[in-house]
Amino acid sequence: MLYFVEQCLNGVQLGMLLFLLAAGLTLIFGIMDLVNLAHGSLYMIGAYFAATFAALTDSFVLGAVLALLATLVVGMAVEVIAMRRLYGRDHLDHVLGTFGLILFFNELVRLIWGPAGLTLPLPGVLLTAVEVLPGVYYPLYRLVIIVATLMVALLLYIVVMRTRLGMLIRAGASNREMVGALGINIKLLYTFVFGLGAALAGFAGLMQAPILTVQIGMGENILIVAFVVIVIGGIGSIRGAFVASLFVGMVDTIGRAFFPDLLRLIVTKEAAATAAPALSSMLIYLLMAAVLVLRPEGLFPVSSK
Amino acid sequence: MTEPLLQIEDLTKRFGGVVASDQISLDMPPGELHAIIGPNGAGKTTLIGELTGETAPDAGRIRFDGADITALPVHRRSQLGLARSFQITSLFLDFTALDNVALAVQAHAGHSFRFWRNARRDPQLTEPARAALQRVGLAERADILVANLSHGEHRQLEIAMALATGPRMLLLDEPMAGMGPDESARMVRMLRELKRELTILLIEHDMEAVFALADRITVLVYGRVIASGKPEVIRANPEVREAYLGEQQVVAHG
Amino acid sequence: MIAARNARNVLIAGLLTFLVLLPVYTGVTGNYFLLTLFTRILILAMAATSLNLILGYGGMVSFGHAAYLGIGGYAIGILASEGVTSGFVQWPVALLVSALVALIVGLLCLRTRGVYFIMITLAFAQMVYYLGAGLARYGGDDGLTIYRRSQFGLLDLSHKTTFYYVCLALLMAAIYFVWRLVNSRFGMVIQGARSNERRMQSIGFPTFRYRLTCFVIAGTMCGLAGALLANHTDFVSPAMMYWTRSGDLIVMVVLGGMASSFGPLIGAVALLVLEEELSGITEYWQIILGPLLLLVVLFARRGIDGLLDPSAFSRSGSELAKGRP
Repeated sequence: MLYFVEQCLNGVQLGMLLFLLAAGLTLIFGIMDLVNLAHGSLYMIGAYFAATFAALTDSFVLGAVLALLATLVVGMAVEVIAMRRLYGRDHLDHVLGTFGLILFFNELVRLIWGPAGLTLPLPGVLLTAVEVLPGVYYPLYRLVIIVATLMVALLLYIVVMRTRLGMLIRAGASNREMVGALGINIKLLYTFVFGLGAALAGFAGLMQAPILTVQIGMGENILIVAFVVIVIGGIGSIRGAFVASLFVGMVDTIGRAFFPDLLRLIVTKEAAATAAPALSSMLIYLLMAAVLVLRPEGLFPVSSK
Repeated sequence: MTEPLLQIEDLTKRFGGVVASDQISLDMPPGELHAIIGPNGAGKTTLIGELTGETAPDAGRIRFDGADITALPVHRRSQLGLARSFQITSLFLDFTALDNVALAVQAHAGHSFRFWRNARRDPQLTEPARAALQRVGLAERADILVANLSHGEHRQLEIAMALATGPRMLLLDEPMAGMGPDESARMVRMLRELKRELTILLIEHDMEAVFALADRITVLVYGRVIASGKPEVIRANPEVREAYLGEQQVVAHG
Repeated sequence: MIAARNARNVLIAGLLTFLVLLPVYTGVTGNYFLLTLFTRILILAMAATSLNLILGYGGMVSFGHAAYLGIGGYAIGILASEGVTSGFVQWPVALLVSALVALIVGLLCLRTRGVYFIMITLAFAQMVYYLGAGLARYGGDDGLTIYRRSQFGLLDLSHKTTFYYVCLALLMAAIYFVWRLVNSRFGMVIQGARSNERRMQSIGFPTFRYRLTCFVIAGTMCGLAGALLANHTDFVSPAMMYWTRSGDLIVMVVLGGMASSFGPLIGAVALLVLEEELSGITEYWQIILGPLLLLVVLFARRGIDGLLDPSAFSRSGSELAKGRP
């Protein structure tokens, strides 16, 4: 029981991290029609910056804030230097161009920080566990992640739904030319949206750094999962991204935790031992396949021009 | 009384709050050239979409030669003999005019799971294709890349492709859009010739062409049929004049 | 315009001559590294040629094509480790499994468009990767060594030069096959669907079945390349199918020039030789390659083929009609 609650919370936590990435990806795609493979690189950079700044300033919080700002700056720089030239082009061009950026960033990080990963230790105050249910303890930091990302999600919702800026974003998603014709500085809007996406990715990266990993190539693994989330949720839909992130986070975590046992009930011990690890990793892809069969545009498709 | 070739019964389509097709009903006997006119936003494009299979109606039926085709996918309708030309040029730009029409021929020449023989050197495809091009007056331009053809030639090519599928009925979506007076006159002559062998549903804004060619006219306003009948009747109908022909006088040669 | 065509044809002729004579050269100079490098190039060129079929001609941007390299390779590896080393059994199995997987993936993915298609093919390729990495019995993450290459009776694949010529012959056959395919009726449907799918449907083509068939053919051909790769490296590992490998294949196709018969080969040569040269200059060569890719996308979109023959797009119909490679 304890284990189950813990895994559920882990699932929510993973879901929230995925949401940060998926939201940025889907926003960028929805507004600028840009397929951004290098989104994972921004996630990685956020983590690396956090580890470095935290070590330099000896403060986790300060390190995190600086890392967030730095990632935002890098994101906007990338947009101005590279992404701008890709708007309006074939998606294949986006794929190739951003693929090149991935190679570049991975190698740049290796050049600056070396091939071995980094660690980001948590401040002592966060190292305790909290009693979430009678007799059930859960690490405080992971709860912080859940709460923090929920707050960011709420903030995002408020900005997109209730502010003038958000209105521009939504308008731009459904009709780019019109927004430009209205005299809004499209270039600035795009740079901002991209920066926002980068900040979200960086935030995800730095938040998970203390508990998971800070290493080269970390971005790509989770990026693909973020893609799965977007496909399931519906490309362009933030609401879809939220629902799908939770869904995928839960399926992946609970699946990995309980599927091997489930498998052992059905087949022999050896077969289960062979197949379990592979199949557990595949669960979310099978989920995606199922959604595709039933609803090819995802759960909350957005129709836009 | 011959069985109508096309029967549209109470076709209805809503997009959110907008009613694009409001219980449209229409019967077309074989050999008729029926024109659909109406102001912009009247639902003509939606109607074409429903007839070709690209838009699924919310209610109503479509029968072609007695068979209910309401749920049939786009390509199946073409196989049954319903051909369509596009209002906004939708051709294979990086191919030659001949290639374009040959593809239309190929679609109706059995299956295409043939992997070896060069299709461009297959007379079974190229002969009928050249014949169709000849028909619309593009024989000389057969080997030119479509991207390098003029707008008027694109419209001609649209017709050629529709013809190459060996149809029994043509759905022409504003074939004269963007044409000058000479080109329009040429197109009207060609359509008059085609009238003799095909049933044609013509959507057009060019009133001269419409009144010169149509056996019957249906007027669509806000998705609804407000009048349907012979050209003289339509011309005299006060509702039609008010809703549509008044503003159309200005746009006649558009 | 004629001069440009000739430049391209001269390049291709020169390259082919070089490839045919390479083993002679390496035999004389003893530079077997070069032979190994070019064997690898030939194999990846075949994979790129198969990708060009669906990407260049068919417009299907599959970011998961390397999965078939892995499937073909693992078919060889798994069979070999279970004692089945006859090529006459291994290779058909590799082709069959690749075809089956391509069929399933195609059925699921080809109903989607554009961005969805890219992401979904990527996701499925990752799934296959995890499947391979999870097969502890067959090496998992560390991979599986192949102790005996595919046996084909008198044909000894462990002999470097023999193997090289086998790869070259198969590559030439693949290029020829693709060339005939894209100019056939089937090819016309595929190219038409890339050019304007909506129009294809409207003139009466049930395009899905043709695109699926094309997808399966491409996957199968790539599976064959995978079988060759396994024999070449005497080793298979999940890394063969990691998604960045799919990216490499796309780069080869675009770099060489999409929708041209020899483009993938040129692209494979260009990319791999470039990688060799760059890694000689600096350990961090991808810092150069990355931005270089971006520049190619922005300024040399039609690849090397485009640089050599910039007028190709406005080729007159008669040129196209000859179906020039």
